[in-house]
Amino acid sequence: MTRTRLWTNIGFQLLALLLALGITTLVLIAAGAPPLEAYRNLATGSLGSFKKFTDVLVSWVPLLLVTAGLLATFSAGLWNIGVEGQITLGAIATTWVLRELGESSLPPPLVIFLSILAGAVGGALWAALTGALKTFGGVNEIFGGLGLNFVSTALTIFLIFGPWKRPGTGSMSGTEPFDASLNLYLFPGLRLSPWALLLAVLAIVLIFFLLQGTYFGLRLKAVGRNFRAAFRLGIPTWQYMMLAFVICGALAGLAGAMQVTAVFHRLIPSISSGYGYAGLMVAMLVNYQAVWAAPVALFFAALNIGSIQLPIVLKLDSTLSGVLQGFLVLFVLMVEGARQRIMRRS
Amino acid sequence: MDSSQILIGLASVLAGAAPLIFAVTGETLSERAGVINLSMNGTILLTAMGGFAVTVETGSILLGFLAGAVIGALVALVIAFSSITLKQSQVAVGFVLALLCRDLSYFLGNPFMGLPGPRLPALPLPALKDLPIIGTLIFNHDLLTYLSFLSVLLAWLWVFRTRPGLMLQGIGERPAAAFVRGANVQALRYFYTVLGGALIGLAGPTYSLSVKAGWKGTISGLDGIGWIALAITIFGGWNPIRAAFGAYLFAFLQWLGLVLQPRLPGIPSQVLQVAPFPLMILTLLFVNIGNAEWVGRTLAALPAPTRRLLYRVLRALRASPPAALGVPFESE
Repeated sequence: MTRTRLWTNIGFQLLALLLALGITTLVLIAAGAPPLEAYRNLATGSLGSFKKFTDVLVSWVPLLLVTAGLLATFSAGLWNIGVEGQITLGAIATTWVLRELGESSLPPPLVIFLSILAGAVGGALWAALTGALKTFGGVNEIFGGLGLNFVSTALTIFLIFGPWKRPGTGSMSGTEPFDASLNLYLFPGLRLSPWALLLAVLAIVLIFFLLQGTYFGLRLKAVGRNFRAAFRLGIPTWQYMMLAFVICGALAGLAGAMQVTAVFHRLIPSISSGYGYAGLMVAMLVNYQAVWAAPVALFFAALNIGSIQLPIVLKLDSTLSGVLQGFLVLFVLMVEGARQRIMRRS
Repeated sequence: MDSSQILIGLASVLAGAAPLIFAVTGETLSERAGVINLSMNGTILLTAMGGFAVTVETGSILLGFLAGAVIGALVALVIAFSSITLKQSQVAVGFVLALLCRDLSYFLGNPFMGLPGPRLPALPLPALKDLPIIGTLIFNHDLLTYLSFLSVLLAWLWVFRTRPGLMLQGIGERPAAAFVRGANVQALRYFYTVLGGALIGLAGPTYSLSVKAGWKGTISGLDGIGWIALAITIFGGWNPIRAAFGAYLFAFLQWLGLVLQPRLPGIPSQVLQVAPFPLMILTLLFVNIGNAEWVGRTLAALPAPTRRLLYRVLRALRASPPAALGVPFESE
């Protein structure tokens, strides 16, 4: 029985994947593009060489960190759409520490460590603000979070064009790059940092055990499933929600810190690069289960990197990856709804 | 800046807010029926691109707007089908569509980037446009701006002054009671979600064929507007007139930012453009804080005159969402 159910589930997931591929192919045909050629470019652009695969991992790091954090808020029944802003504030806090301590006599590794720590704190505080707005102000976390996303973007742009502007005049290319001694160590010849990779893997493993194997995780899920029942059982509900926000914000802040110290080496206007929203998609696609987060995030990262060469090779917009990802999540949700409906009928 | 320039500026605020008005009115109708259309940010971009592309290909502005309304209705139909029939989370489906439609608009809109396109002609109303002050302010616009004025009034009258409107309030507040009174809750929810989606779909072409004519991809400056419209809907307390007030206030603040720009050389222009967002959060806070439990307790501890004043202020600002917003309905 359970075995057949497992196979039907896999069948429905495959159906969703086929539907997504089918409609994306139709979109490609409508755009006058050769579909097979486009898919081949997505594959070679991400997995075509060892160097390209390491670029996929560079993109996997922030996505996995953010997804890990979002699993905590989703477990508590929260839609933390403000995660984009939490990445940004992490990046801002990291940049701030690097600017303040970069010239000091402290050893550079210590400065980098402190700046990454500051990133986690910055993201956590920004998330706590969304949580406080929800708990004490009655502002739904979706709307509070969205508003704070805009505020964080405004803050970034203000800093880049105002107090932190480049010598001379500020520009959209960001702040002055940091001294090379303040960059996180990268594998020679690559853009990938072993420390960033380690951090991301550690984060998802920790979140997995936190949610699956601890009393805390169980209570958090109780809050998410049935808020009132959890409250009556004596779980301090609003404290748990705040904790979920803080955990997610800290991990998102770490993602921002990685973007500054290991990827861009400066603060740029679009520092969050949409990883927050992509993380929400990954979390939805894995049905909020931590086990699948790593491979699915890797798949999303591969699509993102693979699409970079599309404008040059095929004169197509690189948002093709987003189109495919969007249809995939949409059909997984709809097919799941259809499956439940059929199950109810029979 | 003399008074006639200010008047023209204010008239441009009213015209510039037209797309926001469509979006906010459409969202209000949809949410009144109990369905959140979270896809707005993507829908506006996709309909802006779609409306522009259709107009460039066919040469007909009317078809462009029609395409926008149809695309908006179709996206809303996906949300209605997924949430009402398939019982999936409205927020999840809406959010995915917000991202998907945005990426689709950039992907499919690539060949139309920067193409010259037509612009909706101005349509000053004869005689009325010569009235002092309101002639310039209200009667010297294009057709879609007049439609935006009309849509607010019609939506308000429909919701609060008609029997079907009463039923609409019912299916959003207490669907079970409306069902007992003979309303087909599911069908009505489908209807209002799709109708609201069509209105939201008018917002896109109103940008790309009038307010910000053309399609320029990611630099069109339209990304984010749908999220603002969502916030304004809440600020509007699900009342079309109050929501319209929010939209005009937002457009006014953005205009003010542009006007003040030359006088504040120390502040980068990008910051002034986003200045309304923190204000938006503050207003959301004021709208919602009256619902928080601790506020009631704190107020009760204050001396009577202060309490009465604060209570009145909070009650005037306060708005509660339709009780069944986002809650699926089962007739069994």
